[in-house]
Amino acid sequence: MKELVIISGKGGSGKTTVSASFASLAKNSVISDCDVDAPNMHILMKPEKTLTHDFHSGLLAEIDQDKCTSCGLCYEYCRFDAIDKSTDKSGKTIYRIDELKCEGCSLCDYVCQANAIKLSTPKRGVWMESDTKYGPMIHALLDAGGENSGKLVSLVKSKARVKARDDNADVLLVDGPPGVGCPVIASISGADLLLVVTEPTQSGKHDMERVIHLADSFKMRVAVCINKWDINPEVSAEIDRVAKENGAMSVGRIRYDRSVPRILSEGKIIVEQDGEVSSDIKQVWRDVSRTLKS
Amino acid sequence: MLIAIASGKGGTGKTTVACNLARIAKTPVTLLDCDVEEPNDAFFIGGDLIDQTDVSIETPSVNDQLCTKCGVCSDFCKYNAIITLPKKVIVYDEMCHSCGGWIVCPHDAITTNPKKLGEISIFRNGETTLVQGQLKIGNVMSPQLISSVKKHISVNGLNIIDAPPGNTCPAIEAVDGVDYVVLVTEPTPFGLHDLKLSVALLERRALRFGVMINRSDIGDDGVEKFCDAKGIPILARIPNDMRIARAYSMGDTVVQSIPEYADLFRQLMSRIEGNA
Repeated sequence: MKELVIISGKGGSGKTTVSASFASLAKNSVISDCDVDAPNMHILMKPEKTLTHDFHSGLLAEIDQDKCTSCGLCYEYCRFDAIDKSTDKSGKTIYRIDELKCEGCSLCDYVCQANAIKLSTPKRGVWMESDTKYGPMIHALLDAGGENSGKLVSLVKSKARVKARDDNADVLLVDGPPGVGCPVIASISGADLLLVVTEPTQSGKHDMERVIHLADSFKMRVAVCINKWDINPEVSAEIDRVAKENGAMSVGRIRYDRSVPRILSEGKIIVEQDGEVSSDIKQVWRDVSRTLKS
Repeated sequence: MLIAIASGKGGTGKTTVACNLARIAKTPVTLLDCDVEEPNDAFFIGGDLIDQTDVSIETPSVNDQLCTKCGVCSDFCKYNAIITLPKKVIVYDEMCHSCGGWIVCPHDAITTNPKKLGEISIFRNGETTLVQGQLKIGNVMSPQLISSVKKHISVNGLNIIDAPPGNTCPAIEAVDGVDYVVLVTEPTPFGLHDLKLSVALLERRALRFGVMINRSDIGDDGVEKFCDAKGIPILARIPNDMRIARAYSMGDTVVQSIPEYADLFRQLMSRIEGNA
């Protein structure tokens, strides 16, 4: 079983469009959406028979107002600005935890003299096991403002890997998140190949370079595909050059076509229909699958 | 005034909106690029680099002479950043959240080292100041860097925050405390899905916001219907114009390459001011 992770650095470059097409082209794959912040694969894959599991992770502090003496030590020590200070009607200072900022380090509990801090492991989101017409899919959704997205990504990946091994899948296809931070690092770990889907813009080029450097630090193989390449052929040429200089291989280009957003809006996968963009993506898949096997 | 340009989905046009609003502003403007994982505003704003500083966080450093390998620090650490072995304590800097928990050491054996998180660069171009945060590759603590970028919010004029994509810690850090949020989206099922997540987050934070639809003539009318039903104001619609895509690809602002769009961004600004 080979593991392919599709990332981009810059958001909106076409990761999900390409990932869903690959899922339809791959004969025997397990699909995984690791953009748990803003997942979109399910819109195209239409997963069914979903088994949903709660995702609990990390710690969250809460202040017991009956025990709190308003000494302010927690407020003073918290490095995440996660303790809100206010004054009630009687003039007493009230401290409350900002749930979306608390990193669960428990230092407030350590410094509290009144034993007023309660720590719990809250539900941060859900993860799901589903079937699609192109194979099993493991995906997740973090609650709005949920912490620990990196941990949820790691969980989704490990479950997807188990599924891929159990099913004797040839490939595990992972739709990754944008950026170069915590969720991206969690999603690329252990991959056989990273496919960077980029676009021919200065931003696309810059962001691609940053993800390639990230991949380098994990000594991973990287392939690059330029989406909507004909919007700016000169920048596309620059991207190919920069990719090559950074040790990444080019695996083809996908042209711009106004009909793509309309097809996606109908909830259809591009390669399910004939057309120039469809042929371009099929060519990229041939190159990527050859590289994966090599 | 402090506004943030945000979006659940990446690539919807946050940078385009932020940079073009900065360009048409009548007052001095401070643009804060808080997409620290992939900052791009500098391509569009340019100008002279006037300052660059490293941003560091503290990570623990264990003094082997004083350390008794008691394990209190590693038991305390919730991020597996400190491991106590029989003869040695190992600190994994990349796992450390810099929570300050090293004070638990009963033997005063822990001091701290600065660890570079990234850098803040300040550019000036006429009346526009760009404050850009850029995360060092391999780091995971983007919220701390975003918080450092936000220390540069100016007391005068207009401040525009270009937020990172998503709906988790970095996005929350970027939009917290602003007067108004512009959610940029595109009229596709992807855009709509992620817009709904962003709306839920902003409602939870009790922030005021409106929606701007980019490439408004592609896709479908799902976003329009959702905003209608929720009573969310649609602040502007930018059409899918190949000239805009070309300008963006070269790092040019729309209002400078295609002046006929200046009015659209001016109207957007006045609607933001009217709603904030």
